[in-house]
Amino acid sequence: MRQARRSPRELVDGALAGDRRALARLISLLEGDSQAAAECRVHLHPRAGRAAIVGVTGAPGTGKSTLVNELAKAFRRRGRTVGVIAVDPTSPFSGGAILGDRIRMRDLSGDDGVFIRSMATRGSLGGLARATADAACALDAAGFDVILIETVGAGQSEVDIARTADTVLVVEAPGLGDEVQAIKAGILEIADVLVVNKADREGAENTFRALQAMLDLGTAPRAARHHGRVIEVPDSSPADDQASGWPPIEAVGGWRPPIVKTVAIEGKGTDELVAAIDRHQAHLEASGEGAARRRQRAETELETILRETLLQRLRQQVGRVGLDGVVDRVASREIDPYTAARTLIDG
Amino acid sequence: MDRKIRVLIAKPGLDGHDRGAKVIARALRDAGMEVIYTGLRQTPEMVAEAALQEDVDVVGLSILSGAHMTLVPRVVDLLKQKGLDDVLVFVGGIIPDEDVAPLKALGVRGIFGPGANTTEVARFIVEQVGSA
Repeated sequence: MRQARRSPRELVDGALAGDRRALARLISLLEGDSQAAAECRVHLHPRAGRAAIVGVTGAPGTGKSTLVNELAKAFRRRGRTVGVIAVDPTSPFSGGAILGDRIRMRDLSGDDGVFIRSMATRGSLGGLARATADAACALDAAGFDVILIETVGAGQSEVDIARTADTVLVVEAPGLGDEVQAIKAGILEIADVLVVNKADREGAENTFRALQAMLDLGTAPRAARHHGRVIEVPDSSPADDQASGWPPIEAVGGWRPPIVKTVAIEGKGTDELVAAIDRHQAHLEASGEGAARRRQRAETELETILRETLLQRLRQQVGRVGLDGVVDRVASREIDPYTAARTLIDG
Repeated sequence: MDRKIRVLIAKPGLDGHDRGAKVIARALRDAGMEVIYTGLRQTPEMVAEAALQEDVDVVGLSILSGAHMTLVPRVVDLLKQKGLDDVLVFVGGIIPDEDVAPLKALGVRGIFGPGANTTEVARFIVEQVGSA
């Protein structure tokens, strides 16, 4: 049905020249796994890298979409253009999805400095869609200053956003869990900025204090993992004299996640939040952490692609029948999967 | 991978009844489509801009206020202005018989009233988008 198809190159050039229709098409193309998408990436990659990529994650109902709406408005007031990618889950049963994040973003309509795109996860489990990073790259190359990525309502382990965004906001709201939730592994560990939204509600102060206590506890002694890298923690950090003996998170990479209270629906606290984001971005550049994260991201991305490409190549080499034969032997317990893999690779 | 059919379900105008829109949105999701639902009280400009940004194949307009003869032409016109002439437009809601022909003349390809079968709507979209 899609008449007037444009070549990948034309779509990229159009998107970069401010053609919003071309940008929208480009993102659709990147969502598919085609040769054309690969060609687009070739042209996009060198042109991206200027935008501040901000992830917004947190449990369902904490107010992520409303917060994104207010954040986008706050950035616009500062004259910065904003791209939004809002991810919602694909139904594992039908493959369909209802993408409803725009409902809360109606204020942003009619502003050419804003571009909102809804994405379905299409089977990805880490809180983002597979093409989210590509879509962010397209918006970045198209010249948007800030890119806000809203993840699916995330629980404890949907942490893909940490590999995609420069600054990750983890949004909490009062009444969602006790203190132990706050020290479990996972989502809180990826926070660069913590947000207590719905801060006018009862229990907000408790949530705030629980998060603060979690930050004071620090992480594992002497070595801490942040964004997947082990960072040496100096033996005598200034605030190391607390009873726990554990270094506070402050010592990790020199950044202690601030906790910002907001009432997104009334626009309260969003200016403070923007300031916290800007401070974190400045910290990333000043400390070298930003460059380190970008490198880490490149490595992860490359590894994923290598894995997929090598697997594909192996499939072609072995062929459907050959692979089926080996699968049968594993299924009947004639050989174990490790031996099978080795046999396939070594030929 | 096949390209998913993307549908924008929008409620232009001022009526506050979105049950029908939600039922359709859900039925289309269950038919494997990606449905962008934008909520109540959208202006035609908002609908057309969302259709553009989301790169949808289909726009479904739910109107129960009786203002369809004002709103639908405006949406269709704006879609054309934005170069989205190839987007399939259908309308749901309370549409009197005498308005059906003029709406179709505007380029609206499907009109579904109360009691329309949701499977029928999904089939209509698959056929139209798949064959055009």
